[in-house]
Amino acid sequence: MLRGALRFRAKPGLLGRGLNTRKGGSTLDWAGKVPEIKKKIQSFLPGGDWNPLYDTSHLPPERTDVVIVGGGVLGLSVAYWLKRLEKQRGAIQVLVVERDHTYSRASTGLSVGGIRQQFSLPENIQLSLFSVDFLRNINDYLAVVDNPPLDLQFNPSGYLLLASEKSAAMMENNVKVQRQEGAKVCLMSPEQLQNKFPWINTEGVALASYGLEGEGWFDPWCLLQGLQRKIQSMGVVFCRGEVTRFVSSSSHMETMSGEEVTLKRIHEVHVKMDHSLEYQPVECAIVINAAGAWSGQIAELAGIGRGPPGTLQGTKLPVEPRKRYVYLWHCPQGPGLETPLVADSSGAYFRREGLGNNYLGGCSPTEEEEPDPGNLEVDHDFFQDKVWPHLAQRVPAFENLKVRSAWAGYYDYNTFDQNGVVGPHPLVVNMYFATGFSGHGLQQAPAVGRAVAELVLEGHFQTINLSSFLFSRFYLGEKVKEHNIF
Amino acid sequence: PRVGHKRIQYLHLVAPLWNGGTRGIRGMSSAVAPEGNQSKWGKLLQFLADRFYDVEALREYLFQKQVSKIHQKNRSFTYIKERYGPYVAGAYFILKQGGAVKFQGKEWIRSSGRGHYSLEFLNFQATPVEAVDASGCAINYQGLDNLLALKELQSLQLQRCPHVDDWCLSRLYQLADSLQELSLAGCPRISERGLACLHHLQKLRRLDISDLPAVSSPGLTRILVEEMLPNCEVLGAEWTEGLKLGPEKQSRGTASPIPA
Ligand SMILES: Cc1cc2nc3c(=O)[nH]c(=O)nc-3n(C[C@H](O)[C@H](O)[C@H](O)COP(=O)(O)OP(=O)(O)OC[C@H]3O[C@@H](n4cnc5c(N)ncnc54)[C@H](O)[C@@H]3O)c2cc1C
Repeated sequence: MLRGALRFRAKPGLLGRGLNTRKGGSTLDWAGKVPEIKKKIQSFLPGGDWNPLYDTSHLPPERTDVVIVGGGVLGLSVAYWLKRLEKQRGAIQVLVVERDHTYSRASTGLSVGGIRQQFSLPENIQLSLFSVDFLRNINDYLAVVDNPPLDLQFNPSGYLLLASEKSAAMMENNVKVQRQEGAKVCLMSPEQLQNKFPWINTEGVALASYGLEGEGWFDPWCLLQGLQRKIQSMGVVFCRGEVTRFVSSSSHMETMSGEEVTLKRIHEVHVKMDHSLEYQPVECAIVINAAGAWSGQIAELAGIGRGPPGTLQGTKLPVEPRKRYVYLWHCPQGPGLETPLVADSSGAYFRREGLGNNYLGGCSPTEEEEPDPGNLEVDHDFFQDKVWPHLAQRVPAFENLKVRSAWAGYYDYNTFDQNGVVGPHPLVVNMYFATGFSGHGLQQAPAVGRAVAELVLEGHFQTINLSSFLFSRFYLGEKVKEHNIF
Repeated sequence: PRVGHKRIQYLHLVAPLWNGGTRGIRGMSSAVAPEGNQSKWGKLLQFLADRFYDVEALREYLFQKQVSKIHQKNRSFTYIKERYGPYVAGAYFILKQGGAVKFQGKEWIRSSGRGHYSLEFLNFQATPVEAVDASGCAINYQGLDNLLALKELQSLQLQRCPHVDDWCLSRLYQLADSLQELSLAGCPRISERGLACLHHLQKLRRLDISDLPAVSSPGLTRILVEEMLPNCEVLGAEWTEGLKLGPEKQSRGTASPIPA
């Protein structure tokens, strides 16, 4: 513990103060060990009800090294990699704060669980390649002694993207990049498509790209619970509560061009406990903003975006909740076991769900059609008017189908360029982002968590260079455009 | 005062657990120190904690070792591949794993019970391997590379392979131009999700998917596989099998996050 703290002290630029005070440098810290031992003994005793998976009732500690806001898949992945990459066991203390232990509104559990490498940006392709490798070896990465292996339920059925004449050239280009990065994707002509999937109507399709390996869908809950189980075994504290306030100090500086800037550092995070008006202040050195669709609010809490427009101070984190519907339907004559996830040129997508001729899918609305994100109610007319016509046009069998159920979830939507935001804020120097993945955050979480942990621990990206996903692009107006978003 | 209040609450929370813990220990061993002796208690607890910590660490280490053993078994023999080409390298890999191979126009080569086999096949560099029997072998995703390089492979037996899973099946499309016979019978980790990838293998004439415990509805799955591969004879469960589980069970898919 002592050596770990010293090591950090040697790098004041990164973790700064907060670590120095903890533990008072004593290795024989008996009092600090009591809760840990108590927990262990409880769990080994017959009838002991300590269960690492469901016990989230901890009060937060008064001090910790890293506070992660949001216990969704991104927050947990950052926690996992921080512990996995720490130089010495127990060197850093990590606290995850999650306000809703049922995850009723969290994007992770409401997603459709897809993973693909068919992106246009090399960064996104690399993130997904790393993640699919993680998922394939999930029982090595997330193994916990005495716990059963995880059943990810991965369906390696691939993504099939369809392009119209207008977008065919871009598709060809994208596939070139994907192959260069090592993804196994093939191009198909309409004839080849017709042969392989006779249930598709190829009218209006000029080109198709089809993922042969490493693409498909899986159970997001399994990944979430696997991470939860693992990080608790690694000593991460998981606490139920809401982050309501940051206490920070600021220092004024002048840039080389003579501009006055205010640098801020968060010292304390206030965590409001469930069913209580009380809050617990937690002293910390680093805050990770992994609050998904709500990360814009968390950034605002830290004062980000509160400044004159056009300045760095006044630049908001452009992440907001956008409601997306998923419909589940039954179609007795629908496509068979070979069905991949099909993304039509119209924007509608669907995939098989289980074996009983059930399918699920949806379509992102246009900017004008964006529904009110105030609640998670489903608009069934949206299916009738905006989704079904495209589906039935592409797969004639879908003319006869019966919608069985539907749900809505929030995209952690980055309104600026629909790509992730990773790394520290330039002014609130100890707030790091892991958010804004706008509909592909689940599949990239394993890799993004690692990238953020590398930044925190080493100060730079090591595995995948994500510098184009830094916050500063919002201020500089540099969009990183991803063409394959649906 | 605010923080103070929290502390009190915290102590409150700890107290009952603490008592529960001590009671439990007293039950385990009656020869512990008299009540109130903090330092002896401390020692015992310290001992237990250290002990458990060690055992956990040891078991994790053993687990990691097991994993790396399987990885070790599945590494490719780069040298052999460079020197003798993919056929010999593939054959060598399979024989080493305890399986059998058949080069075109030759007899089956099997490793004997003690892992011995004739090295004659080193001369077959230009002869494609047409059949592989890797039943019961420890082959996994990584080791599959050796088989996927056998571009003329017509028959592949992977019965009861403990590490062949859905991820492996998703790579078999690379043999689509040649593969005619495939047996996956008895593989404990193969599910309908992996079987769905076999639609790439349109040359397949015979497929054995019997006795796959991870398939949720074997009967229905077999029908769907038959529909997907119309020119292939599919051996496996009768259609009634698994249906008795009721329709609910089979639609237990990956996405049922509808909030209750
Ligand atoms: C319909 C739909 C389909 C999708 N399909 C896919 C897909 O196929 N593939 C893919 O990769 N991605 C998909 N996504 C996107 C994916 O779900 C998200 O990108 C990803 O889950 C984001 O993870 P997260 O951890 O950031 O967010 P979340 O899972 O939302 O977690 C954020 C957590 O932060 C908590 N929180 C917020 N504010 C506070 C606070 N103040 N204090 C404490 N806790 C707080 C919330 O309670 C929440 O649990 C889909 C999303 C939707 C809605």
